[in-house]
Amino acid sequence: MPTKVEKDSITGQETTGHEWDGLKELNTPLPKWWLYVFYATILFSLVWVALYPALPFSGATGVTGWTARGALGPELEAERAAREPMLAKLREATPEQIAADPQLRAFALAGGRIAFANNCAGCHGAGGQGAPGGFPSLADDDWIFGGSFDAIQHSIRHGVRNGESEEARGIAMPRFQVDGLLTAAQVGDVAEHVLSLTGRATDQAAAGRGAPLFAEQCASCHGEKGEGNRDMGAPRLNDQVWLYGGDKASVVRSIGWSRAGVMPSWGGRLDPAVVNMLTVYVHTLGGGE
Amino acid sequence: MFRFLRDHGIIERNLILMGVLTLITVSIGGLVQIVPLFTIETTIERVEGMRPYTPLELAGRDIYVREGCYTCHSQMVRPFRDEAERYGHYSLAAESMYDRPFQWGSKRSGPDLARLGGRYSDDWHAAHLRSPRAVVPESIMPPYAFLDRPLDYSDIGAKLKAQQALGVPYTDAMVANARADLEAQARPDADAAGFSGRYAKARQAAFDGNAGTITEMDALVAYLQMLGTLVQFRDVTPEQVRQQ
Repeated sequence: MPTKVEKDSITGQETTGHEWDGLKELNTPLPKWWLYVFYATILFSLVWVALYPALPFSGATGVTGWTARGALGPELEAERAAREPMLAKLREATPEQIAADPQLRAFALAGGRIAFANNCAGCHGAGGQGAPGGFPSLADDDWIFGGSFDAIQHSIRHGVRNGESEEARGIAMPRFQVDGLLTAAQVGDVAEHVLSLTGRATDQAAAGRGAPLFAEQCASCHGEKGEGNRDMGAPRLNDQVWLYGGDKASVVRSIGWSRAGVMPSWGGRLDPAVVNMLTVYVHTLGGGE
Repeated sequence: MFRFLRDHGIIERNLILMGVLTLITVSIGGLVQIVPLFTIETTIERVEGMRPYTPLELAGRDIYVREGCYTCHSQMVRPFRDEAERYGHYSLAAESMYDRPFQWGSKRSGPDLARLGGRYSDDWHAAHLRSPRAVVPESIMPPYAFLDRPLDYSDIGAKLKAQQALGVPYTDAMVANARADLEAQARPDADAAGFSGRYAKARQAAFDGNAGTITEMDALVAYLQMLGTLVQFRDVTPEQVRQQ
């Protein structure tokens, strides 16, 4: 506290009374409006602490009793109630019935699109276009397990080779080279034969040696001519659609080391109505049967 | 009024008085931050299913932290309707009670990962980490193909011991078997007897698609596939998660 109040002669302002090398500091007060707003924010915070759960102690919920978790329940409940009439219909109807009913179909496609973007697009692509490396396209008619409503619904519900239930689709293909069922040379021959199914073999002699091996080891699942078998989830080999690449190195890798792609099951995660919406949506992507 | 407040010259000229008052002021600030931690037990929900991370998951979690995944991905589903619709049940304090430090994050350049486990296949995770745009063309995530290098887990036992000292309920058997458990989880055909007994619901797999070497990719994918899968929300009652 300065012993005497000194005024600066030029501005008429009080000084702080401190002096450094002949320089004196003006004591300029905060603007009144600023000060009062500052006091108001302090009061506001006290009101806030009283009303809302602001104190980090158990039981400190504030006088309104409001909590973020408490508020969420009724909000979700209201949303569910608004959707429920339509969801109930979607839950009870079969995908065929949904597709046949214009109103249900429109709802299923709109909801299916969102559910697909949230749950399926990571692997199958935003438009169901798939991705190289074992993520099948859903926009074509080359189905591994079938493209009917029932088949799609089953695949979504139970997934593929996820070990979660008996209903999960697919059996694992043997690892022909790793498990010693074929030698490395034989795997190469079979690969040439597989390429020859689409007229792409470069070594006809090797393809010829591979043919009996294919008939013996592969045909029971993939078919005599590589036409595939949906019950086994054995992909068609005599077309140009390849899940893991159709070049020789990729085919050798598939035969020798197997692939056995996995899809999670969604029946336990999604509402049955959402599964039905997804079924109808995926069916419309281009390859529905 | 408050004229005495302007008499700070008294404090400024008295070193002992200033020291005492400084101590009091700093103590108040400290207590406000520290005291609530004494009651933290009451804020953690009592839910079933939480277990300490397996050694492989813990190693993966360290890679998650090392690579700064938290700078773009949160692990915190907030109690909002849109988040509940997209990700599922909001995150509980109990779910990160063994996280030191927690990975809640505060920025979402990428999606929240708190409920990631089991939504994609191991193959997808490996392919996506190696080259995100190969599977998600619109992704802006950088590639992490270098994670295919061998995992250094020479100190995994010490890591578990450190966690144990911090209060994570690792048993002495878990610490003693840390190395064997890590190796068992990364090899689908390894002897699982001891491992699955120690860590409930831990899946054994060749997470990066190659059972031969245990890589950083194995560890990270194992960690990601566990996220959000421990607590079974179907069994959680509203009473358990009510904020007291």
